[in-house]
Amino acid sequence: MNTIPLLAHGDLDAVFAWTPEGPISVGDYLADAHWLAERLPATGYLLNLCHDRYRFAVGFAAGLLRGMTSLQPSSQSPETLRRLQAEYAGLVCLCDGAADTLDLPRLDFPETPTVNRKKEPKPKTAIPQIPVDHLAAILFTSGSTGLPQAQRKTWGKLVANGRSEAIALGLDRQPHAIVGTVPVQHSYGFESTFLLALHGGCAFWAGKPFYPQDIASALAAVPQPRLLVTTPFHLSALLSAEIELPPIDLLLSATAPLSTTLAAEAEARTGAPLHEIYGSTESGQLATRRTTAGAAWTPLPGVRLEQDGDDTVACAGHVEGRVALSDLIELLPDQRFLLHGRHADLVNIAGKRTSLAYLNHQLSAVPGVVDGAFFLPDEEGPDGITRLTAFVVAPGLSARQVSVELRQRIDAIFLPRPLVLVDELPRNSTGKLPRAELQALYAEKVSHGGR
Amino acid sequence: MSEANSPANIEALLPEVGELIVTALNLDVPPADIEPDAPLFGEGLGLDSIDVLEIALVISKKYGFQLKSDNEDNLRIFSSLRALSTHIASQRTK
Repeated sequence: MNTIPLLAHGDLDAVFAWTPEGPISVGDYLADAHWLAERLPATGYLLNLCHDRYRFAVGFAAGLLRGMTSLQPSSQSPETLRRLQAEYAGLVCLCDGAADTLDLPRLDFPETPTVNRKKEPKPKTAIPQIPVDHLAAILFTSGSTGLPQAQRKTWGKLVANGRSEAIALGLDRQPHAIVGTVPVQHSYGFESTFLLALHGGCAFWAGKPFYPQDIASALAAVPQPRLLVTTPFHLSALLSAEIELPPIDLLLSATAPLSTTLAAEAEARTGAPLHEIYGSTESGQLATRRTTAGAAWTPLPGVRLEQDGDDTVACAGHVEGRVALSDLIELLPDQRFLLHGRHADLVNIAGKRTSLAYLNHQLSAVPGVVDGAFFLPDEEGPDGITRLTAFVVAPGLSARQVSVELRQRIDAIFLPRPLVLVDELPRNSTGKLPRAELQALYAEKVSHGGR
Repeated sequence: MSEANSPANIEALLPEVGELIVTALNLDVPPADIEPDAPLFGEGLGLDSIDVLEIALVISKKYGFQLKSDNEDNLRIFSSLRALSTHIASQRTK
């Protein structure tokens, strides 16, 4: 059986994670993972909801040791949890704080026993070997049909993704301490904080700093060289706060387009080069670019893009199979490529992605809603946040009532602001809703003057 | 500090902070309609983490202090308009 070790660190005394209580070594991590594995069911699905990056990592490794698969949905709404419960028998939630898990089987992350932290020499724990074809994780995206789509990731491909990214960023030669502002369960955070540490030989900060001051404190708590894994939105907030920042050696951004203005400002303020990652939950990470050095993207080692007309497919390397990409792409002669925007149905708000089809499906499922459509107004700036609007036909319901129902079904970030009740939608004779008509309705009913 | 945190002071701060939230987020709610003790998230105004970061930036500029999320403070501070105003009253430097 073909196997790959759980992690790339050769030294059990190397630091694997930094916490407010201090460093945690690779040996301690392995001890914690083995200990938690004994408390998990053998096989089945692990819905790892831990907020703490280190506890997530322990849960993930413990799951692998038991032959489990990690489920990583893009939202934790009751609707999503019910769907997972119905489709994945033997699902267990792992939580480290207040999380609403309905009536799903649940394990609250136990207090780690001090025996795992003894300073005396550990029994010579070998680094566990995991079969390359083990289904290690399932990440979810909302597909064009409007329903969440399961993206199956084998252990071998996940490891290859982590290694390719580490090589592309030069971390294989010079490991960094990683501070991430993104959640560890979603693809970008999963790949660029967890997998990058696991197979790039790096250590990560266990927390997920939120406010600018939190980010500065987290950076100060880890040694140099430091890598900040963030998004255009968090980066823009961090720079606007005008606070003192500890030295940063490398900046990484993904999830939404970053303007060259913000990239240049970030580089000027920190002195660190800023790299962007391009990828998707379906394909994994595909390419990098240094934003200030030009618009072209360089594929990660092993990854190939192929084109047939306007359609582009990612394949080879760590890509699972052949994945059709939803972006308009121009291939350059030297393997590099340019991005020319997304498919109109896809929505990306502050890095969270979904499709209008999915949102409309959820809206029409609200009892009392006769018709409805989400609408994304034309964007104002690449780093600003544009909110969705929804036009809803729901006789007898108030906008507030519809919002309350919607909140059960979709991530808060996609909640319409505003939700406008109308008598009917401007559908054409074939029942379609032309964007121009929605734009006109938006101008009439909403017409924001301010931002 | 205790004077800054007096109920009268906080009461006086409520409209100002309500106005700040509505302006920062471009909400279509009159500031006076924000109930001081209603939740800002979920059932109340329905704010999310993006909004929190935007409000935090405006607060830091206007009142001269940085918000920090030690433990669960993040949620507690933003639990209601009154809670947020109380936090501002106790932390403000200008």
